[in-house]
Amino acid sequence: MNIHIKNGHLIDPKNKIDAKQDVFIADKHVVAIGSAPQGFVAQQVIDAAGLLVIPGLVDVAARLREPGYEYKATLESEMEAAMAGGVTSLSCPPDTDPPLDEPGLVEMLKHRARSLNQARVFPVGALTYGLKGAELTEMIELTEAGCKAFSQADAPLTDTRVLLRAMQYAATFGYRVWLRPQDAFLAKDGVAHDGEIATRYGLPAIPVVAETIALSTMLQLARETGVKLHVCRISSAEGVEMVRAAKREGLPVTCDVSMNHVHLTEMDIGFFDANCHLIPPLRSLRDKAALRAGLLDGTIDAICSNHSPVDEDAKQLPFAEAEAGATGVELLLPLVLKWAEEDKVSLSDALTRVTINPAQLLGVKMGHLSVGAHADVCVFDPKATWKIEPAALKSQGKNTPFNGYTVQGRVRHTIVEGHVAYSI
Amino acid sequence: MNNPQLNKHGELQHLLTTDGLPVRILRDILDKATEFVNVAEGREIKKVPLLHGKSVFNIFFENSTRTRTTFEIAAKRLSADVVNLNIGSSSTSKGETLLDTVDNLCAMHADMFVVRHSTSGAVHLIAKHVAPEVHVINAGDGRHAHPTQALLDMYTIRHYKKEFHNLRVAIVGDVLHSRVARSQIHALTTLGVPEVRVVAPKTLLPSQVEKLGVRVFHDMENGLKDVDVVMMLRLQNERMEGALLPSAQEYFKYYGLTQERLARAKSDAIVMHPGPMNRGVEIDSSVADGTQSVILPQVTFGIAVRMAVMSTLAGAK
Repeated sequence: MNIHIKNGHLIDPKNKIDAKQDVFIADKHVVAIGSAPQGFVAQQVIDAAGLLVIPGLVDVAARLREPGYEYKATLESEMEAAMAGGVTSLSCPPDTDPPLDEPGLVEMLKHRARSLNQARVFPVGALTYGLKGAELTEMIELTEAGCKAFSQADAPLTDTRVLLRAMQYAATFGYRVWLRPQDAFLAKDGVAHDGEIATRYGLPAIPVVAETIALSTMLQLARETGVKLHVCRISSAEGVEMVRAAKREGLPVTCDVSMNHVHLTEMDIGFFDANCHLIPPLRSLRDKAALRAGLLDGTIDAICSNHSPVDEDAKQLPFAEAEAGATGVELLLPLVLKWAEEDKVSLSDALTRVTINPAQLLGVKMGHLSVGAHADVCVFDPKATWKIEPAALKSQGKNTPFNGYTVQGRVRHTIVEGHVAYSI
Repeated sequence: MNNPQLNKHGELQHLLTTDGLPVRILRDILDKATEFVNVAEGREIKKVPLLHGKSVFNIFFENSTRTRTTFEIAAKRLSADVVNLNIGSSSTSKGETLLDTVDNLCAMHADMFVVRHSTSGAVHLIAKHVAPEVHVINAGDGRHAHPTQALLDMYTIRHYKKEFHNLRVAIVGDVLHSRVARSQIHALTTLGVPEVRVVAPKTLLPSQVEKLGVRVFHDMENGLKDVDVVMMLRLQNERMEGALLPSAQEYFKYYGLTQERLARAKSDAIVMHPGPMNRGVEIDSSVADGTQSVILPQVTFGIAVRMAVMSTLAGAK
């Protein structure tokens, strides 16, 4: 299918394009920017007048809940949500049931995703069997099956010798290790940031040191092993500073933050709003400011949705008993735009955090619209304002702490591999 | 964000916490309780018909004898029909969710729920869920709040000290796990007590507790110096398991309220305890039974205060 996206304003951060440019797509790839290649005949023309044309978004943390948790969400529902959000590539953590620790499971997931022909799915494999933190998975086999990195998701890895060996083994083959820093003992039973709100509400707390102690261990082992370490869902000011120092030192460390933490703090818990029961916990205003500073200076490479659809019943419980997590893949773009506007970041700069940067974290060739690149495109209306209403979300998970927010930026077309997968 | 305790006219719809409770409502409840104390003491028949025809459901997801009993007595003295339900934590494992349980009871036309639950915020969830004509009273949720206990404590303080604005109050013990302490702190600061102290080892204090408006002390000698009111907290035995304290003996040695330590407080200081007491752990028997102890009057006032809360909610008076 030959597609001509005309009259749109193209922003492609990688190629530093921020101008009115037409995009020409043929045979699943971008074949020209600006003027049509010779003999190009469009079978479909998208008039993008007044719209922005950007590379399809890359989300480094979106739970699809398959296999095992189909009552929370299915590939069908979450792929549709991704399309509505302009997310054309996503990586899913391995905490499915069973976890993604067998090549067969990964192949099946990839196959299921491919057959839906929507977002590209790049699974993150389990670092240890069953995410139990004891035995290494077959990382070579899993990589051949399609895994782009290895992770414990939110499962603890308390045995530091296992962690050292996992990093050594991964480093041998150049594999990426993605870890969320949290000391399991210090975080035990905790559901909220150890600060004023948890104290006031009597909520079991997770202190900042739970993050920094685990992060310190990871960074020292990364230095020791030379592994490519990606720090997932950083949440504290102290944590950001440690990553900043590690990068300055030259360690091969990268880092992401969830959009929830870019916008929310412990104060948003309000009167025990279970939608704000998240992992990691929402921290203080000071932490939020530090996370934003980390985004600005490049300490934090990417913003993810940390999309974690939860079934309604699991949220209709007292705060601490409610399952952690929120839906979000559909909200990633407007919330990144909101951050850009609030912090006066240029659109092109802001979009690197959800396009080329996360693509590089995954080691995939997406996230840009160079000639010859995969034709994954998001066309959106930057002026369209809309109110976030759970019932209208495509995701099967309806819980979001942004319920009722009015946001700007609405996806009009999502193109994946040269076909229009979503249009409104 | 609307205060979930108040209706749109600013009246008390539910009693969930003393945090953010307007001072006028707090004082109204204490004043009303005074009338009920007089009713109880001055008449042969202790009943008044303010809640006649109303159904009060005591739902206790966590065991309690004293609190449940005082609520029951309070409701009966107001002529309400009382239903007691002891729903152990096992009921959730039987498959019924908290809100399903509440829906079922609503279908039985409950007018008022008195709820105790082991999880902070559980009673807020119920209050948000019930129909607008139903009232919810928090009888203790997790570590969060126990507002009627705090109100009866305020009543007791006012009874003995008359005013709040000139007092120094020390809360001693396991503040970290205590819903009572949190509710006391908010009630005391709302009523204008200029100095509220907490006294405990660092393992039993939540982080940034000073942001609740209290002064922090780690030793009894300084913590009790010149105070007007000593409010002791119960120390649960399981605190020894989580590496929070080495032993009950050592705790008593350093934080137990003895006559000697009480002498640091003002000579007319009163000693309070929400019960049940652990004699020899947080409080010495000679203090618990001594002349400065007002622990038993607290229990008596508790009934009047709960009557005041229920009648305020019912708008019956």
